Amino acid sequence: MLLSVEDFSVSFRRYAGLLQQRLVPALQGLSFSLDRGEVLALVGASGAGKSLLAHALFDILPPNAVTTGQLVIDGSTLDQSNWPDYRGRRMGLVPQSASHLDPLARCGKQLAWAARRSGSTADPQQALARFGLDATAAKAFPHQLSGGMARRMMLAMATIGKPDLIVADEPTSGLDPDNAAVVLGHLHQLADAQKGVLLITHDLAQALPFATRVAILRDGRLVDIEPASAFTGAGAALKSDYARRLWQSMPQNGFLTHA
Amino acid sequence: MIHWLALIATRLLRLALVLAAVAVVGFALAKLSPVDPINAYLGADMVRVGPEQRALIAEKWGLDLPAQVQFGKWLGSLLSGDLGYSMTYNAPVAEVLAARFKTSLPLLGLAWLFAGLIGFVLGVLAGAFPGTWIDRITRLYCYVLASAPTFWFAILLLMVFSVGLGWTPICCAGPIGVLPQDVTPWQFLQHLILPLLALIVLGVAQIALHTRAKMVEIMQSDYALYARAQGASRMEIALRHGARNAALPAITVLFASLGELFGGSVLAEQVFAYPGLGSATVAAGIKGDVPLLLALALFLTLFVFTGNAIADLLYRVIDPRLHGEVAR
Repeated sequence: MLLSVEDFSVSFRRYAGLLQQRLVPALQGLSFSLDRGEVLALVGASGAGKSLLAHALFDILPPNAVTTGQLVIDGSTLDQSNWPDYRGRRMGLVPQSASHLDPLARCGKQLAWAARRSGSTADPQQALARFGLDATAAKAFPHQLSGGMARRMMLAMATIGKPDLIVADEPTSGLDPDNAAVVLGHLHQLADAQKGVLLITHDLAQALPFATRVAILRDGRLVDIEPASAFTGAGAALKSDYARRLWQSMPQNGFLTHA
Repeated sequence: MIHWLALIATRLLRLALVLAAVAVVGFALAKLSPVDPINAYLGADMVRVGPEQRALIAEKWGLDLPAQVQFGKWLGSLLSGDLGYSMTYNAPVAEVLAARFKTSLPLLGLAWLFAGLIGFVLGVLAGAFPGTWIDRITRLYCYVLASAPTFWFAILLLMVFSVGLGWTPICCAGPIGVLPQDVTPWQFLQHLILPLLALIVLGVAQIALHTRAKMVEIMQSDYALYARAQGASRMEIALRHGARNAALPAITVLFASLGELFGGSVLAEQVFAYPGLGSATVAAGIKGDVPLLLALALFLTLFVFTGNAIADLLYRVIDPRLHGEVAR
């Protein structure tokens, strides 16, 4: 088992009035696992808490976040002492938007920084070529890249340290279908190369052809985990009612709002 | 290219307008001033000069003419390159200005440079590690000094280092009785150090607080978060991403603060009796030396305007997002 999320919850400390604090739950009791060689699509509406899980995995939650439960990678529980050994080295993040690139540094330089941070000696040129990028992209500043190029640049940065786990946080938002398919194709290839891919997305239909399994998140709770192959026909093979309704409500399935 | 020419042309036009406005307002204020230039000129001899003689002086200086005619005459000679004659220093205004600027330049320039560098480094460190001891000390320092009056701090320096310890001279830009051209570099430095220290210590506060605020913002940005997810340490993020992104706003503040720097130097030069532009401004004001005062005002306007213009242009040169080029 590459990644195992065990009864994991995230809540936020908020001040109610001057002195009283209360915890606002965001993710509640998540449990699932992810194997090498598979793409697990974590699907949910915006506000369901998808990105929080990605941030929690890399310990980049805001300071007022409180977590319980465990995140286990290859048998070791992630905590403050071993996160530095995992971030960038054993696990790579593909963030949501190009605003995650430093606006004042050339992309090639940022790729080199990512390599150094992960202790990688990989050739940046090759890393770029793998994702269809060339020296022009390396010389460009982030604002000069198209959305698709920026996303592939961040794929190169996330994978340069040869991590086992790749977490892609909405890697296709803002991309046209062709570019989205290219990015998802790259993620699928990574799974084929025996990496584990956690694909966080709000677009079930787009993710299905590239996913092995689908986990559905609703209001901070995991509703269901289904094999991607179950999303077919009228959804008779789907275990949960919510998954079936979600599937049937999609445009290509007739916009049915109730079964 | 045309873009740059248009930019510079707009700047020059704006500069001309600002200078014209400063000239009119400055002249009006000088005329409304309760200081009577003839009394100020005569000083203690005032009682021995009769009304006829005063009228003669007024006629020689053109003070008997209506204000707008005086302004016209002054403007006319200004445009022909004649800044007038300073009665305070008994020399042409242009000469006074040049000599004073030469004395002030090392003081202002070094204070500006060091305040900028020290302030930036302190701001970057404080903003990268908010709540730690370096942040607390930096903030305490900045708040205390941002609210400390320059003259008070200057007097304090004099009391400690010149009077108490006797390490530094008490005044001036060189030993008393030695001609400016005979001052050795060592003596020059010795006389420069205290006014310089006063201006640096006070100038650091603004740039450090500004950089700190910017750094706190940068450390919470998406790209700082992503760097952390890649395994970067807080220090690495501060140096690679923080300093890079905080530098532009810091440069802007630094250039825009030239006016305040000059304001500080007026007070510091007064306390240390340092014969620069600042003390000349005070003398011109007290003596009602209108040609010198107006020339100083115009010069200062030019100085501050140039500083702001450089900041703006530098921003365009340094920030890749403001370049027209697209790499594709």
